[in-house]
Amino acid sequence: MTIASQSSPEAMTASPPAAAPATPDRTPARRRTTLTRNRWGYAYVAPFFLVFGAFSLYPFVYTAWISLHKTSLSDINGGTWVGLENYRNLLHNEFFWNAARNTLTIGVLSTVPQLCLALGLAHLLNYKLRNRTFFRTVMLMPYATSIAAATLVFSQLFGRDYGLINTVLQSVGLNPIDWEGGTWSSQIAIAVIVTWRWTGYNALIYLAAMQSIPGELYEAAEIDGASRWKQFLNVTIPSLRPTILFTIVVSTIGAVQLFGEPLLFAGNGTTSGGASGQYQTLGLLMYQQGWSNFHIGQAATTAWAMFMIILVVVGLNALIGRLRARADR
Amino acid sequence: MFHSMRGKAALGAALAAVLLTAGCGGSDDSSDDSAASYDPDAPVTLTVGTFGTMDFDNAGLYDEYMKLHPNVTIKENNIAQSANYYKALQTHLAADSGLDDIQALEIGFVADVVQNHADSFVDFAAEDNGDELKGNFYDWKWGQASTDDGKTIGLGTDSGPQAMCYRKDLFGQAGLPTDREQVGQLWSTWDQYLDVARQYKTTTGKPFLDSPASVFSSSVYQGDEAYNDEDGNPIPEDSSGVKTAWGLASQAASEGLTANLKQFGDEWNAAFSNGAFATIACPAWMLGYINSQMGDAGTGLWDIAPLPGASESASNWGGSFLGVPAEGKNVEAAKDLAEWLTAPEQQITLFTETAHFPSSPKAAEDPAVVDATNAYFSAAPTGQIFGQAAENIKRTPIGPYDTQIQDAFTTALTDVAANGTDPDEAFDNAVKAANQAIGG
Repeated sequence: MTIASQSSPEAMTASPPAAAPATPDRTPARRRTTLTRNRWGYAYVAPFFLVFGAFSLYPFVYTAWISLHKTSLSDINGGTWVGLENYRNLLHNEFFWNAARNTLTIGVLSTVPQLCLALGLAHLLNYKLRNRTFFRTVMLMPYATSIAAATLVFSQLFGRDYGLINTVLQSVGLNPIDWEGGTWSSQIAIAVIVTWRWTGYNALIYLAAMQSIPGELYEAAEIDGASRWKQFLNVTIPSLRPTILFTIVVSTIGAVQLFGEPLLFAGNGTTSGGASGQYQTLGLLMYQQGWSNFHIGQAATTAWAMFMIILVVVGLNALIGRLRARADR
Repeated sequence: MFHSMRGKAALGAALAAVLLTAGCGGSDDSSDDSAASYDPDAPVTLTVGTFGTMDFDNAGLYDEYMKLHPNVTIKENNIAQSANYYKALQTHLAADSGLDDIQALEIGFVADVVQNHADSFVDFAAEDNGDELKGNFYDWKWGQASTDDGKTIGLGTDSGPQAMCYRKDLFGQAGLPTDREQVGQLWSTWDQYLDVARQYKTTTGKPFLDSPASVFSSSVYQGDEAYNDEDGNPIPEDSSGVKTAWGLASQAASEGLTANLKQFGDEWNAAFSNGAFATIACPAWMLGYINSQMGDAGTGLWDIAPLPGASESASNWGGSFLGVPAEGKNVEAAKDLAEWLTAPEQQITLFTETAHFPSSPKAAEDPAVVDATNAYFSAAPTGQIFGQAAENIKRTPIGPYDTQIQDAFTTALTDVAANGTDPDEAFDNAVKAANQAIGG
């Protein structure tokens, strides 16, 4: 596991690796010779940037271009220019706001328990246990499962008439729940799938960071008479803060993009996200606009709106993290 | 070597451009002169794009054609889900590349092709044998694939005349008649059908039909208009057919007469074997679906009666067409194959081998079809039942968004049945979703 071998918690933050230390006394001439000497470096990184340009940057810009047109899937280059009208319509579209609300609630329902559970699991696995490697491997298994396979199994478990969960509920005398039909029940069910899949992954990241916390801190805390719980709160958590911020950022991005689970949870391929759109996320709305209704301009607009939302949310996260760090100093 | 950022960017852009054009190239082969140089005996490989189970291969039609024309090799590209197939077809049309020599078109999408892509397909009405071809099909079938100015972009394969399938054993347990004549008399109208459903629910405590969609999707096509006006413009809110169908289906949904299963979902599939419902609206192709879900255990449990209201107007659900992209490499050979596959003789084979009901009255009136019975469905005279329905089908105008509009209404009906949402509120929601799909 490469993750487990990371030694510094800083390495887990979202910030790019620090640039090579600059030497201020370099003359322009020297810099040029260094660049020339490094020309093979550019050749080596070129393939990545070519692929990035063709499959990330170009679609990115092209999506923005399409979002300014009213066009359909089969006439993708022949639409009519409408400027920002798609964006104005989106802001007045109740389907967009419904999807945004669902994305937020499902995001909270899945991210919060997921990260808390991961933190607890990592703490437990940090103890000296028998078969520790086995437990650590098992935890990563859900992450290695495909979304489609996991969701299909879960949607059967949550089935209304023949699902295992309702069978259990009925056997203990409770009423069966129409998991897919209700608003909260469907969102909880989807949050369970997400949580199941990502908890182990986050736990391993936390575990790696925990292992780099110096033992002396705990020894000192113990001498001061701090209980295990106090040690967790006052030593472990503060030391993990950059890592926690990283996992929050990554989980938030994942939550905004949530798509496969709600699409497959319906069970018959509809893209409406439930009878009243009760679990239609932004990703699913975009798919419905583009690939069920064939309004590719609308879909591109929604895609860009999602991108903006992610930028804002991640920016807020980073800002809060930085303010906290400054307050600690 | 490139020393500046601009140089590198230029290199990247140039290479990306090369990659992209290479990926999209090769579509410029024009076939303007293909008709002149067409040699029917030259070796040719034809590709046929299909979706779901169209069964040309299962019915042995490809093999037969290749035997008749040893120079032809047929290759089928099948995509299981109709919606996914259509997405791929749309992108191929947009890129003008990657199209098969023959493309199947489902009824839910054919109007989009008729309205927006008619020029990309061969016009069969303009062929020398155009009148003869037209005479092969029901008027409504030919009309569905024709533009206002008389171009016809596809030849009909099967059709989906509807009847009502019912479980004889469950009817017997509920004290209802089981004989198909008597069952047919129980419901000459949809209101009577709903009364039987209420009676069944009171007696057994169980739902009578699988889903409100069974009522909605079949009764909506019995009126003069379904989702579109005469010109093919979507009118989900004002259509008389939608209003009638919604009234009936929302009664069934709000009174709990249905099992509220989502058609083609997992639980729906499982419910066939579990006897969770006693009736289901049955287009001809549904018979094969029921058979595949229940297997041999279901033999003789089912029978078929006419659809409620069938004496006044029958209803069609599904059916497909074969179109030939006009810019293909083998247009002439592809036309020959498409005409042969959809000819009455082959439609008869498709019915007797795989139960797809013909879209050609010549085929439907053939003794092999008229006298056909289905052993699995208690030897019901399927040829007569569906043949009568097919004759009574009106030409309801179809439009480019029928699939999405139907989805919006059946989804809202699920909401009524599952959450007790007020039918009027659910109707408004459905209209909003439909308008969203139309693009308003």
